[in-house]
Amino acid sequence: MSDLENGAARVRFYQTGTFTVGNRLIDPALRTVQAAPDRPNALTSGHRACQGCGQALGARYVLDAAMRATGGRLVTVNATGCLEVFTTASPESAWQVPWMHSVFGNAAPVAAGVAAALAVKGKQDIRVLAQGGDGGTADIGFGPLSGMFERNDDVLYVCYDNQGYMNTGVQRSSATPPTARTATTPALGAEPGNTFGQGKNLPALAMAHGIPYVATASVADLHDLEAKILRAIPMRGARYVHVDVPCPLGWGHAGDETIQVARLAVESGLFPLFEWQAGAITGRTQIRRRVPVDACLRLQRRFAHLFDGSEASRARLARLQGIADANIERFGLAAEETRS
Amino acid sequence: MLKQIEGSRAIAETVALCRPEVICAYPITPQTHIVEALGEMVRTGELAPCAFMNVDSEFSALSVAVGASVAGARAYTATASQGLLYMAEVVYNAAGLGLPIVMTLANRAIGAPINIWNDHSDAMALRDAGWIQLFAADNQEAVDLHVQAFRIAETLSLPVMVCVDGFVLTHAVERVDLPSQAEVDAFLPAFKPVQVLDPDAPMTIGALVGPEAFTEVRYLAHRKLSSALELVPQLAAEFQERFGRGSGGLVHGYRLGDAEIVLVALGSVNGTIQDVVDAWRAAGRRVGALGICTFRPFPADAVRTALESARQVLVIDRNLAPSSGGVLATDVRAALPDQNQQVRAVIAGLGGRAITRPVLERLLEQATRGAVEPLHFLDLDRRLADGGLERIS
Repeated sequence: MSDLENGAARVRFYQTGTFTVGNRLIDPALRTVQAAPDRPNALTSGHRACQGCGQALGARYVLDAAMRATGGRLVTVNATGCLEVFTTASPESAWQVPWMHSVFGNAAPVAAGVAAALAVKGKQDIRVLAQGGDGGTADIGFGPLSGMFERNDDVLYVCYDNQGYMNTGVQRSSATPPTARTATTPALGAEPGNTFGQGKNLPALAMAHGIPYVATASVADLHDLEAKILRAIPMRGARYVHVDVPCPLGWGHAGDETIQVARLAVESGLFPLFEWQAGAITGRTQIRRRVPVDACLRLQRRFAHLFDGSEASRARLARLQGIADANIERFGLAAEETRS
Repeated sequence: MLKQIEGSRAIAETVALCRPEVICAYPITPQTHIVEALGEMVRTGELAPCAFMNVDSEFSALSVAVGASVAGARAYTATASQGLLYMAEVVYNAAGLGLPIVMTLANRAIGAPINIWNDHSDAMALRDAGWIQLFAADNQEAVDLHVQAFRIAETLSLPVMVCVDGFVLTHAVERVDLPSQAEVDAFLPAFKPVQVLDPDAPMTIGALVGPEAFTEVRYLAHRKLSSALELVPQLAAEFQERFGRGSGGLVHGYRLGDAEIVLVALGSVNGTIQDVVDAWRAAGRRVGALGICTFRPFPADAVRTALESARQVLVIDRNLAPSSGGVLATDVRAALPDQNQQVRAVIAGLGGRAITRPVLERLLEQATRGAVEPLHFLDLDRRLADGGLERIS
């Protein structure tokens, strides 16, 4: 247990718990792109994201890694959502890459159209990256995304999953976890918060399309996130990376707890990190220090009702623990299992 | 080259001559034959370099066209009816972004009740999306309008919808003079996009605009679309010079000199209307016709000038705006400030109901007697309608 979970004095570092802080201690080849003096800064500072925004951090690493992987030969298409709104309030733009936004649900087919045009024009050296939030990906844009997957269009689609419609004021999406309180799933009634047994498993749906590459990543492990983008970019066809990006506003944690919340989601098994290629799991991040789900959920006010000490709440926590345990089992994330 | 050919095939062969680079489509009756033919031409390599994408919906079809266009490719799609409504959000978006996409609309009714046959409800529903909307009177004009559409779209950097009556034109086999590749190439230069996603010149496209500039952006959209009222006739004249036939332009007046009663219409019904006018003129009656080819932007000045002598204007509206009347009649009325000119909205030809010569002649007889109401339902089966009224009242 860290000091943080013990409630002891907090150590306040930017990106606490990542390898970024200790970049100088590691081999230059292994350092994050952000540590390099010639980092592309695809998403510049000065945008309007909330303090501690997981999506801004995730997008910056995704884009800079993609810029590095393509030598700057990159174009991006963005769904409507926080990332679009906080970066492009006209006449300002935080993007140093060619970037476009059409409507909420069509990042995938617009990107597919861009890729088709580039192919026809013999410019396949330019790579196409589409980005959306979980609402734009799992809900309103899912049909078009599924079409992009089944056609195997030459696009890397990155979903920044903050588990709800944060841009419109924290409503429930089909990526909102069970019991989470949102503006449309209040912590009231017989089943407070979001309902058990609902929601979509987007990485699993992506895998079901049989596309060349699917991975999950987290802002808690930016090296891993970068490595996955670097691997995905040169591949041809439809690729999907699903990034866990905590949202201080929607999740109700402090702005400087974003990385910690993301890390605890990984270490509890709530958000499994894996990589999948050609029909098989090819990589997984094993959990060296397993924590109970309470450790992650307790930091987030959207789960506050689970800690009222009631029998029903304990039962709900146990069900959430069961989901995390099943993830660990399914992806073989328990460190001791691999030693055997 | 003269050919006896189906409308859809003629449109497809013409679109191919325009050298599109990305074609995407989702099937909907009666648009299917157009994209089937294009898909085949891409497969055989006849149309290269070009990508043909089968997509999951019309929403995706136009989205792919948006992406292709923003990457600098000449993009084309086709749809109809429910399909146009399903892509509505992107229809507005393509115009707002100023993307010169060309889309064929095989005009069809909108449900419920579901109906696959022709009327203009689809085009009317999206009339204010900011696209240029051209209506073909016959398949020769349908062919010619597509060649002009790409040129208009790319000159103004605005999308163009070529409206072609479903079945009546798309599935009709008639004689069409198809242009040659050399003729089309001479008329339509290669596409030079005004804004493009390019790593060598990064650009943010589709940014958020707040209240401080949104009105101005919309005003500019209005001015830009309105400027087509100058360009469209210019290009129609150039087209006539090069191809030797008149097609397109703003309006087509027919025997309007001294005409007191004028029938105004969009699309293929103009052929029937002109036959009726000929018959009535032969009998010494002062009637004429005005076909409107460019519906958006609406050519109010051209309509006013053409209808100068008219005392009674019968607007054949192949659409219905329930409780208000006909969309075209509303625009025509607004273009005619003279209170002495009576404008009648004649709701006709809905869901594939044929507008025949006898029906139009009966309408003209009524008009002569001054017996056409301001909102008139042509060829309405009273017994059927009254039975329904009894049930709902």
